[in-house]
Amino acid sequence: MKRLAGTLKELFHYPSAVAGGAIILLLVAVSIYAPIAIPYSQAISLWRGSEEDWYRNPRMAAPAWINWFRKEKLAEAFTLSTIDGTAEKEVTQSGEIATTTVLFSFDYQADVFPAEMILYFKSVYAVKQPFVHVYWYTPDGREIRIGDFSIGPKQSLWFSQIEDSKFKRRIGGLNALEGLLVDDPKSETRKLQKGQYQLKVSVDTFEPDSTVDVEFVLQGQVYGWAGTDHLRRDLGIALLWGTPVALAFGLVASLATTVAHMAIAAAGVWFGGWLDELIQRITEIFLVLPFLPILIMIGTFYSRSIVVIFTAVILLSLFGSSIKGLRATFLQIKEAPYIEAARSYGAGSWRIIFVYMIPRLIPLLVPALVAAIPGYVFLEASLAVLGLGDPSLPTWGKVINEASGNGALYKGLYYWVLEPSIMLMIAGIAFALVGFALDRIFNPRLRGV
Amino acid sequence: MSDAAAPSLPDKKDASSKGFASTLARLGRYTLVRVITLLIAVVVGVYLTILIANMGGYVDEIRKGEIREAVQMRVLTDQTLRVLPAEERAKRQAEMIRLEEKRLGLDRPFAVRTLDFLTDALTLNLGRAQQLTSASGSRQVRLILLERLPTTLALFGTVNLILFFVEIFIALSLSRKYGSFWDKFFVAMSPTSSAPGWFYGIFLILIFAALLRWLPYGGMVDTPPPSDKLLYLLSVLKHMILPALAITLSATFLSVYNWRTFFLIYSSEDYVDVAKAKGLSPRDIERRYILRPTLPNIITAFAFFLIGSWTGAPIFETVFMWPGLGRTLYQAVGHYDTPVILGSTVIFAYLLAITVFLLDFLYALVDPRVKLGG
Repeated sequence: MKRLAGTLKELFHYPSAVAGGAIILLLVAVSIYAPIAIPYSQAISLWRGSEEDWYRNPRMAAPAWINWFRKEKLAEAFTLSTIDGTAEKEVTQSGEIATTTVLFSFDYQADVFPAEMILYFKSVYAVKQPFVHVYWYTPDGREIRIGDFSIGPKQSLWFSQIEDSKFKRRIGGLNALEGLLVDDPKSETRKLQKGQYQLKVSVDTFEPDSTVDVEFVLQGQVYGWAGTDHLRRDLGIALLWGTPVALAFGLVASLATTVAHMAIAAAGVWFGGWLDELIQRITEIFLVLPFLPILIMIGTFYSRSIVVIFTAVILLSLFGSSIKGLRATFLQIKEAPYIEAARSYGAGSWRIIFVYMIPRLIPLLVPALVAAIPGYVFLEASLAVLGLGDPSLPTWGKVINEASGNGALYKGLYYWVLEPSIMLMIAGIAFALVGFALDRIFNPRLRGV
Repeated sequence: MSDAAAPSLPDKKDASSKGFASTLARLGRYTLVRVITLLIAVVVGVYLTILIANMGGYVDEIRKGEIREAVQMRVLTDQTLRVLPAEERAKRQAEMIRLEEKRLGLDRPFAVRTLDFLTDALTLNLGRAQQLTSASGSRQVRLILLERLPTTLALFGTVNLILFFVEIFIALSLSRKYGSFWDKFFVAMSPTSSAPGWFYGIFLILIFAALLRWLPYGGMVDTPPPSDKLLYLLSVLKHMILPALAITLSATFLSVYNWRTFFLIYSSEDYVDVAKAKGLSPRDIERRYILRPTLPNIITAFAFFLIGSWTGAPIFETVFMWPGLGRTLYQAVGHYDTPVILGSTVIFAYLLAITVFLLDFLYALVDPRVKLGG
């Protein structure tokens, strides 16, 4: 314990280790936050979710923060709905007919036209279809009548698709997305008008039990803090949830293999003879085993579940090349007087291995363990990039895989590739920084250099 | 590192012809032992691969089911068999299934057949691909793979070999100027090597292909390939820049850091001080007293790196669309083309074994303990 505190103190002398440690703490915090903010089952169902979960989002929209670096601000997507209370319903009754009026009011400050505007209607009725009137109010007080139509139980109105000739005439024959937002549709020098817009939807229902809900979606070119992918999914979910997955995979795999290497090397040295010989030969066989191709085969033929892949990774790294180096060190330790002492008081073989020999190598174990983590984090990502990621889990590697599969680099959708890559790099380098510092602290030969 | 030998090299003039012969014999014995152990390793590795690829016999059950279904369809649609009584027809069907299974060797126990697969795989009798074809249109797995092997070797072989010498050179000069700006720079940059080559590849493609449009996104030559030999070579070289840069970025800093550290540790040994006191030139000291004893360590480190880069080829080549062995494996996975997947894995096992052997041999040449039987 005292030694651990001493090590920690010494770590603070290395600025790189402090930076790495801070990043690791941050990643751990994200890993704890992710399952709390989005529970596991919800994250998976959302990530595998259909159009139903994501229809409000724009397709392949960049993250909102790219506006900070742009002179021409892009439109950010938003939704106003009477279902979740972001818009108010007002019902007035006149005889048989009830009129539900919804006023959507929003401040439009982008420098470009929106990518799409959509009205979704959900109504309940027995026979008589509700009838809708839609009006648009510009910041300079003009009223534009968009249309009047009856709706079914589920109906949507895509503004870019409106071909009604009367409406088209009102906005100078332009597309609705442009015509509704310019100051003077009929002039040649028209330009986009910023300010408070209003959209009034009034629905006449003809039955006493008939109700209606309206949702207005404006899809911009940017969305959220992480953007969206080709299935309109919020990449933020994958970036958040990728953190615990990557950390857990890296930490557990690294811990398991490092401890296994220790135990195998120690057992070989202690028992010696044929066991030592066998371990050395098996290590040589493992050196020749094509690691990634075998993992690819397992992913293709058996299962892509992260548990199966993880087990395979552990099994394939069981007799790693570090056993050779460890063996040499154990050979020295075996001759140490205190081991002799332990033997003379009658300690069993396993007791000597685990209580006396392995702890002596902790100075070697800790840096090796930390330094091995990035390798496993990147291995998990590599498999995902090859299309062998866990089918249900959202991970960083899978986002890269989907991005490259959909030509993100060709289409200039750099955020899609860069976000998960930068997360990977931050995680990898943070552990490497700490590992390097630990190596210097624990390895006296490196101290001076 | 801790078991490195002291460089007690004998002077060449002292070595009698008898000593030379015994060194040669020892080298020969060492080589033979290594060849045999590596061969065993390859056999075990390939056998494991076969067991995994066949899912421990599960694939056979699927194939048997397929045969049964196909035969049943044939019997049902065959007009000449329809006139036969049901019992006779069932008998014929069972016979046809049995013959088909015998033809494919499915009647023998799985364990026996894996040995057949093993001999086939080891002799590179890799069978026919289900989906992929070679450039000449052949479905022979061996032809497909042998066609792709040179491109993989050309990329990884050249780049790694050049890097090896460049890295040693940089590491030596850094160890000479310990504490200088560049020394600190390489030490500070070494953690970036925790990311694999393909990862830097994505960034490089983004910068040099997508943003700047200076270099191609991937592939090996322009389309259509230039007919002129020189232009073809230039085009290949142009396509190699980004992959080579990616390997360099992911490998150089860590290797240089490690090797410079080796050099520094060894240059603080007493015998180096003695050599300095004797007045030997720094160049001689470097070559004979620092480089020589660290060479086995360096070769081992290089071997592990080379092995890592071979195994990483599937993803690296996929990112750069380099038409090599690794990309073939990736394509085969996409098509569930079992013979090709198996074949590539076998070739990778051979490639790894050959790499290990060559570097072992080199190791034996430079390690005084092997040479002197220490």
